[in-house]
Parts: sequence; C-alpha cells; structure tokens
Amino acid sequence: MRSGKLLAAACAVLFVGVVSAQEVGKPAPVFDLPAAGAPNVRLADLKGRVVYVDFWASWCAPCKQSFPWMNEMQAKYGPKGLTIVGINVDKKREDADKFLTGTPAKFTVGYDTTGKVAEAYQPKGMPTSYLIDANGVVRAVHVGFREKDRDELERELAAALTAAGRR
Amino acid sequence: MKRLMLVVAVAALASGCSSMPKVQPWEKGNLANKEMAFDPDTLETRFADHTYFSKEGASGGAGVGGGGCGCN
Repeated sequence: MRSGKLLAAACAVLFVGVVSAQEVGKPAPVFDLPAAGAPNVRLADLKGRVVYVDFWASWCAPCKQSFPWMNEMQAKYGPKGLTIVGINVDKKREDADKFLTGTPAKFTVGYDTTGKVAEAYQPKGMPTSYLIDANGVVRAVHVGFREKDRDELERELAAALTAAGRR
Repeated sequence: MKRLMLVVAVAALASGCSSMPKVQPWEKGNLANKEMAFDPDTLETRFADHTYFSKEGASGGAGVGGGGCGCN
C-alpha cells in the first residue's frame, strides 16, 4: 500500500511541467506592454473591439509572411472595429526593431521582452494568433501562418466582427 | 528506508531532464540562429549530396524517403 502511494508520487514527478494552453471560450489573459512609438498597449483598453493578438519574433520566417496580411486586415477592418496587436517575444527589443524596419507593421506592436504574456497565453508555435471577441473571450486560436491560411483567417475575423455587431 | 530511497532514485532517473524547464516556442531565438542548424549552408549541402548520389549511382539514404533504385 505504501509503495503504491510512493509510486503515485513518483508518477506525479514525471508530469511536472505540463501546463494548459490558452483555450477557445476562455477569457483572454490581460496584458499591459510597452508599444512602438505609442503609450502602452493594454487589452483592457480594447474592450468592445475585436482584437487579433499575434505572437511573433524576429527570428521567425512565417511571421515575416504574415505581416503584409495583417497590415491589409488592419486597414480593411480597423474602421469596423478590429485591432491587431502584434506581440513581439524577442529578448532584445533591438532585434524586433531591426525586423520592423525591413517589414513594417501598420498595426500596434507590443514588446514582451520578459516573455510574461507569452507564458500566460502559451502559444504552441511561432507565430500563434488569438482572436478575441468584444467581451475579451478567446474565439479562435491559430498556430503558424501560410499563404493558404489567408482566406480562412479573414473569414474568422469577419465573423467575429459580425458577432460583435460591428459590421 | 532502503526501498524509499530506491523509489526516489528510480523516479529521479526516469524523469530525467523532464523536470527541468522546457524551452518554450517563444524562447527559441537562439535555436533559430544560423549556426545552430545541422546544415549551415543548404545550397552547399545539396551540392555535396548531389555529388555523393551521382558517385554512388543511387539516390536517398542521406535523409528522408527515396529508394536506392537510382531512378529519382
């Protein structure tokens, strides 16, 4: 009996480090991050708007591909109530800024140099995006970015705006 | 007591490095560096592979799929 308990304890040790990721239907963790050339970007300030949070890094190739698409979406749906927030997870802000000079972002960029926000969201890859509805609840999660994902992602954005009564 | 120590030792061994903090997807900046790649120069690797396969008269075997029939 005693060894059974010990075995259970040993098994518990094996599973340490398993953390649950951010899921659809749950409230999105709030953040407050320094932004590029603007006051801090806070999720709480964006209530009532549909927010597309995208985790990216300067060393991530698909992220580079996703930027023109996000610029396009921000221009198209921004006036209808969409805010795109690109959260950079580089340890050094200079790396991110160097990336941004070559790949300009026409949406809000927040710097998560400590990785605290990434820890809260647990993105499974780079880039990972979270579509957050007007009430601050995660509506969709998307890992990676491929050219063929464009249309589907846009449909999701549009549907979220419709659901929020912003279209 | 000895049994307890044995169980603890087995647990520690079996868990290996899994109790250490894992490198998270957003922390892979250093791993993404060019010098961390298996093949530092993709073009050169392909060139070397091509030479190797030509000499052997067969393709594949140096990585993923591909038979040894020399037909692809």
